[in-house]
Amino acid sequence: MGLGAYVAVSAGLFAIGIVAIITRRNVLYILMGIEMILNAANINFVAFNRFGDNGLDGRMFAIFTIILAAAEAAVALAIVLNAFHLFDTVKPSEADFLRE
Amino acid sequence: MDQANLQRIFYGALGVLTLGFLGVGLASAGATGLAFGLFAALTLGGALVCVWERSVVRSAFSLMATFMGIAGFFVLLESDFLAMAQVLIYVGGILALLLFGVMLTPPDMEERSLKRVLPGLVLVGAATGWIGLEVANSVTWASTSVPGDGRVEAGFGNAQRIGVGFLAVDQYVVAFELAAVVLTVALVAAVYIARRRREDLRPEGPVGGER
Repeated sequence: MGLGAYVAVSAGLFAIGIVAIITRRNVLYILMGIEMILNAANINFVAFNRFGDNGLDGRMFAIFTIILAAAEAAVALAIVLNAFHLFDTVKPSEADFLRE
Repeated sequence: MDQANLQRIFYGALGVLTLGFLGVGLASAGATGLAFGLFAALTLGGALVCVWERSVVRSAFSLMATFMGIAGFFVLLESDFLAMAQVLIYVGGILALLLFGVMLTPPDMEERSLKRVLPGLVLVGAATGWIGLEVANSVTWASTSVPGDGRVEAGFGNAQRIGVGFLAVDQYVVAFELAAVVLTVALVAAVYIARRRREDLRPEGPVGGER
């Protein structure tokens, strides 16, 4: 399979991630959408690396993306739990302290 | 149209999509193409189910298919270490974290708002398709990769190369240490943010705590 096929799958995954973020009301879906988008970027990094000079740069970028995704997931979960404690809801549209 | 019918239509379409991916892959690149089609179907199908399903638990578990499919892509791209890290960190770590999040927040079966999900899928799909067509018309993608013939190297593969790259002074050692610091700080901060304050545990009588 050529590079175009990988880029196409990555674009599809990115698009579905965007859909997950903009259409669901639960904050956990927003996290899942972010994970999908990061994974789409990862596929691109590794595919371009493989079809480019086949060195290490793209793979290293992908590894650091995975590391940051892990850190992001942990912090985001902590924030979600704290926000749920505070607002009694997991829907971002109902957390409206500053609106009043 | 009732829920059961909708569900049947969606999963039927998903099956057709999977067969289509497998067929196109097999027709265009033989066994490698078949594997590619399988991984593409896993990745995109899992993501679609995640967007579609009402229950958060099902969505989280369908995300597992997505992550496994991406690990498969990494194997096809001869990045065996990344494939292993993907399974360990995403499936074993991040997905478990998400499931903890699901368990610690109230069950929230939102009514499946087709009014939101369907237009979202159509709009974003149309935009992606349009951009994709524009790009496909203007860029020629490499169809063959540089060295190798699609097989993962035997033995250590590029895990050894990555390990050397991490620790060689002229390569990625600074980024590696930086990533370690970021991970430590983020995890400590996550524990600090998520912990229960002492007065939450003991409602009567303040027992210190900095709040």
